[in-house]
Amino acid sequence: MTGSLSLHNVSKRFGDLTAVDNVSLDINDGEFVALLGASGCGKSTTLRLFAGLETPTDGRVKLDKKDVTDESASARNIALMFQSYALYPHLSVAQNIAMPLILRRFNAVQRLPGAGFVSAKVRAEKANIREAVNRMADLLRLNELLNRKPGQLSGGQQQRVALARALVRDPSAFLLDEPLSNLDTQLRAETREEIKAIHKRTGYPFLLVTHDQSDALSMADRVAVMMEGRIVQSGTPTEIFNTPATQEVATFIGHHRMNILPPGAGTALHPDGANLALGIRPEEFSLTKRGGLQATVESVTFHGEETILRLRGPDDLSLRSALRGHVKVPEVGAKVRLTASNGSLHAFGADGVRQELAQ
Amino acid sequence: MIRRWTTDLILVGPAALAVVLFIFLPVAVVFVLAFTDYQFGARSANWIGLENFGDLFGSRLGRNAIFNTLIYAAIVIPASVGLGLIVAIGLHDLTKRMPRFSQALKAIYFLPVAATLVAMAVSWQMLMHPSLGLLNHWAVSLGLQPQQWLSDRDLVLYSLAAIGIWQSVGYNMVLFLAGLTAIPHALYDASEVDGARGGWSRFWLVTWPMLGPTTLFVVIVTAANAFRVFETVATMTAGGPAFASDTIVYALYREGFVYFKAGYASAITVVFFLALLLLTAIQILLIERRVHYR
Repeated sequence: MTGSLSLHNVSKRFGDLTAVDNVSLDINDGEFVALLGASGCGKSTTLRLFAGLETPTDGRVKLDKKDVTDESASARNIALMFQSYALYPHLSVAQNIAMPLILRRFNAVQRLPGAGFVSAKVRAEKANIREAVNRMADLLRLNELLNRKPGQLSGGQQQRVALARALVRDPSAFLLDEPLSNLDTQLRAETREEIKAIHKRTGYPFLLVTHDQSDALSMADRVAVMMEGRIVQSGTPTEIFNTPATQEVATFIGHHRMNILPPGAGTALHPDGANLALGIRPEEFSLTKRGGLQATVESVTFHGEETILRLRGPDDLSLRSALRGHVKVPEVGAKVRLTASNGSLHAFGADGVRQELAQ
Repeated sequence: MIRRWTTDLILVGPAALAVVLFIFLPVAVVFVLAFTDYQFGARSANWIGLENFGDLFGSRLGRNAIFNTLIYAAIVIPASVGLGLIVAIGLHDLTKRMPRFSQALKAIYFLPVAATLVAMAVSWQMLMHPSLGLLNHWAVSLGLQPQQWLSDRDLVLYSLAAIGIWQSVGYNMVLFLAGLTAIPHALYDASEVDGARGGWSRFWLVTWPMLGPTTLFVVIVTAANAFRVFETVATMTAGGPAFASDTIVYALYREGFVYFKAGYASAITVVFFLALLLLTAIQILLIERRVHYR
């Protein structure tokens, strides 16, 4: 059973602090949504509101159009993978994976050790659970590790156990809290693929909470950008990257921070730069003789596939440019001229909201 | 090389010498005396082999002291560990809602630990006084029979056990509180998401196993204190009436410092020491492997 999960005008306040401010967010059946934001922006609280670990101060939480605002986390049957994995350290890998099933299918008496000797029903159910655990172990390559304790596993293995524990029951939605943040670069790339594959196969609504934009952009169907407790933009990864709705989103998204030319400074690139702020991603700048924007190279940093120039433009403006491929890299102190195509320019009004440029 | 060696020796030497001189040597002397009939002040002693140990385990008085101590420990250890845990869990939950009130309660529970037990024993004696004591006053106003708390042979050991529990609950509570604070909150979240609906299943799934190392430590400390019970016996009952509250350490004190039977007292010390050592070793070997989840 899969379904949809949504927040309707939800706010969460802790004393004077508003962690989540009037947020509405839908995760549709089979959709993979990423909630992207810097640390402390309220994205983890939003996830906890979805999961039922926090109750909203205002607004409603709905699961399959049913109001579940006042239902506990266990009643909502939403799977959650924790950033710290939160595995039970005293239980083996197999017992950890089995726990959601044990807690749901057995009452307190049936969970007692030895209950299987007394009741045939418990015995049969235990066999079912063992089978489900083995299926999960096959799926996530954990067969060799089933009898180990979490403390004896590497970070990547613990992460797979946490995934298995979340997936073993048939959840109505699947939430992931920074699932990749404790993994090294190579493992991250593999795990991204693995999570995407699991999403495809299971079709649960997925919510990925992350501060890492490459995780969000590469995995999700839709990205919601969160800042100071609000969702400032929600759209496909390409929309978010190519048409950021505000100047804040524009500078937040992108491997290199977008250059912002304040009103007046950007006239050399586009006439509208006279009264709008212009944004150009560092990799969109090109160095040409006819370029309108003059700048002096302050530093050159080689990063392998690209070289980052730190430049000083007119009015003491600090700019950055990323050069890729076989280009001649200027030396420190050299005077260069920069240009950018109209299509790569972003314009923002005084309120920070995106404006379309005349082409 | 030699200079480093001498530096090490200078640093370690004095403390090591003091330990050998003031602890190992007297212990060794006690072990030797245990096999003699030495009396304080005597000029000589006779080697009597295991006779002292035979007296301890063979005499009615010796067996009585051992039996009383075991009963006392069997009541005090589970009760003060259990109550300490319950109080700690209650206060831990209360901290979030009423931090001030919880702080005040913590101080109150800890008071018996900080107070001198001998001084507290005087207050308890007043409370348990057959005619003037508050306990009997309350018992009467509730329509119950007044009790001879400290002079009834069938009751005195349990009265002392109650004081023993009262005294160690606060200490155990503080240790459990520290253990509770160290449990990662994500585990409680995980258990809730996994379907642990009530506090009871969360307790068995997270709290109890995560408190394993703390519980082991608390049990060892409480056991060591319970088996060593002395102050309340010495100040309130002197082992009476008719040895009904005689315990091992009190018997040791009486034999050694009242009757000056140093040999016999040493034998009691040796038995007591070995028993405590064995108990602690068993607890650590058996349980430690199961509480540190490696």
